Amino acid sequence: MTYEIIGITVLWLFLYGYVIVASIDFGAGFFSYYAKKTKKDHIINQLISRYLSPVWEVTNVFFVFFFVGIVGFFPDTAFYYGTALLVPGSIAIILLAIRGSFYAFESYGSKQSNVYMFLYGATGLLIPASLSTALTLSEGGFITETNGEITMNYLKLFTSPYSWSVVFLAIVSVLYISATFLTFYASRANDTEALKLVRKYALFWGTPTIIAALTTFIALGQHNQRHYDRMLDLWWVFGLSMGFFMISLGLIYIGKYYGLAFISVMLQFFFAFFGYGASHLPYILDPYITIYENATHQSTGIALIIVFIAGLFLLVPSLILLMKLFLFNADYVKGKK
Amino acid sequence: MFDMDPVLMSRLLTTMTLLFHIIFATLGVGVPLFISIAEFIGIRKKDPHYLMMARRWARGFVITVAIGVVTGTAIGLQLSLLWPNFMQVAGNVISLPLFMEVFAFFFEAIFLGIYLYTWDRFKNQMIHWAFSLPVVIGGGMSAVFITTVNAFMNTPEGFTTGQDGFVTINPIQAMLNPATPTKVFHVLASSYVTVAAILATIAAFSLLKKKSSEYHKKALKLTMMATFIFAILTAIAGDMSAKFLAKEQPEKLAAAEWHFQTEEGADLILFGWLNEQDMPVGAIRLPGLLSFLAHGDFSSEVTGLEEIPEDERPPLWIHYMFDLMVSIGMALVLIPLLYLILMKTKKWNEHHKWMLRLIVLGGPLAMLSIEFGWIYAEEGRQPWILRGL
Repeated sequence: MTYEIIGITVLWLFLYGYVIVASIDFGAGFFSYYAKKTKKDHIINQLISRYLSPVWEVTNVFFVFFFVGIVGFFPDTAFYYGTALLVPGSIAIILLAIRGSFYAFESYGSKQSNVYMFLYGATGLLIPASLSTALTLSEGGFITETNGEITMNYLKLFTSPYSWSVVFLAIVSVLYISATFLTFYASRANDTEALKLVRKYALFWGTPTIIAALTTFIALGQHNQRHYDRMLDLWWVFGLSMGFFMISLGLIYIGKYYGLAFISVMLQFFFAFFGYGASHLPYILDPYITIYENATHQSTGIALIIVFIAGLFLLVPSLILLMKLFLFNADYVKGKK
Repeated sequence: MFDMDPVLMSRLLTTMTLLFHIIFATLGVGVPLFISIAEFIGIRKKDPHYLMMARRWARGFVITVAIGVVTGTAIGLQLSLLWPNFMQVAGNVISLPLFMEVFAFFFEAIFLGIYLYTWDRFKNQMIHWAFSLPVVIGGGMSAVFITTVNAFMNTPEGFTTGQDGFVTINPIQAMLNPATPTKVFHVLASSYVTVAAILATIAAFSLLKKKSSEYHKKALKLTMMATFIFAILTAIAGDMSAKFLAKEQPEKLAAAEWHFQTEEGADLILFGWLNEQDMPVGAIRLPGLLSFLAHGDFSSEVTGLEEIPEDERPPLWIHYMFDLMVSIGMALVLIPLLYLILMKTKKWNEHHKWMLRLIVLGGPLAMLSIEFGWIYAEEGRQPWILRGL
């Protein structure tokens, strides 16, 4: 394996980590707003805030990690995406700021304002929508370079069926991941009321996830033939993803083994995500950036990988400790501590 | 307004975000140290006041962290979005410390989450206290790594360039460039002194409002002593930085000091303004002191601006930034010194109204000083982004 491949794999892994933990967070924001609207907030909001309060900061760092890493490994991405993403990127920053301030003031325990709850719920859907645009752009056709000048074709972006199917997929995935996690968490907390509610959410959002995935797949076929063909070559990876989706939905339907169900959801997205990533290679931005031609210098790349491995030795035990204290500590989850 | 050129707009936007971020970054580095100290004293002395201090500071800290995280994320994105060319070039070199910074921050974030939500979970309070250490270290390390990036921009090293950009890169050497040690020392010490001064401001302010309370008096004593120690360390670090500048970046020191002619036994010029012939007027002149500041010898030679090509000189107004920073730094040594003298002398009352008012001023001044220092460091590097490239 070359250092470029190791680099992109590491980054992709972090992006996957972000997709999972951030989806839980974003979806929970939406669900708590929805529960408030349907007068069911007393059932689940306690549960949601117990999980989210200690970990939201960690969520954000996954994201920072990814984009610092990708600019580090592949400096040209900054040039192309930086220019093109100025507007959607700035919107995402503002949305993240709103969300961050919600957590900051919520932790002070002051009275909950309706406006804030609405913003919290809305950003939960808008942030994934705006961030997913980056993946759409990476397929090429929206960003063009002429004589070193980068231009982005907004009209094409907003009228492309592919772009909208990605946004749709991002939103329903967020809701599905989040609902299945909350189902698991509620069952650990032995909170039957909450469990009934979030299980219903999970069952509801399961089918749209697969429909959205298939729609996106077809839309991609019309947009980028090369990528589509490569994905068909990797059909078994997506088959596995589909299989794990069936397992997760089945387990939630029969109402048993919610932990296993959530792991299946994680695997479902793991295979889909890596299948998508692997077939995307060697391009980071079709057709301008490839992982081979636009990687950083070898010495920097290797130094980054060494730091990364050293960092993992520090981070993995800390993350395990965090999960042990808040996620797998039955007393904490039940609200006794 | 709207026909301003994009470069200027980008600079303004980045400057504003940074000016704002730097406040929270400073707090993020410094506050954990004081939370940790307060909790440690509280556990050892079995004094609930100190434990309450740690809890209250921690609660306030959450808000600043949240804002710091968001502005930090924004900065990270802005660097790529607004300065794509810079990142494309420098990304090859500075990505390593940036990457490490994120790691340090990750580490800090994990343990901060643990620390904040496990107050009464352990029988042995020391276990909970121990969780504050990674937060302190993580915060300090992020400051160290990010400062190496800034140091690199001042004295780039560790690479060779050719026709199209970098040819060879040694990222470790780039991180450990000549400016790194003094800068790191100065940044850390000044972050701690600023936070100590701000916490002292809060304590003094509460004392002024609510008369005497044992809790606030203890908080004031702790933070005043810390201010004193860290202010002295900051002054030492500042002195080392000046000597470093004299050697490696003479134009930056010369512009800050309005030192135009290279001469021996150079005077130190404080404040004042420039007349039409670029001669300082109305300034306080301290004979020979600039030489001493630059080389530790009153009669040594200090390089003047005349030796620097005109288009490579930093703007001259940074003189004020530099002087304000140093004056405030001095004040931050003197205020706690006065407080400590009043405290040690039995007949005097260290909680006198005017003493407390002075302390209340200390915190905001310290933060201003950080901003001045930062502006000085950044503008002093102009016109370069990466000095000499």
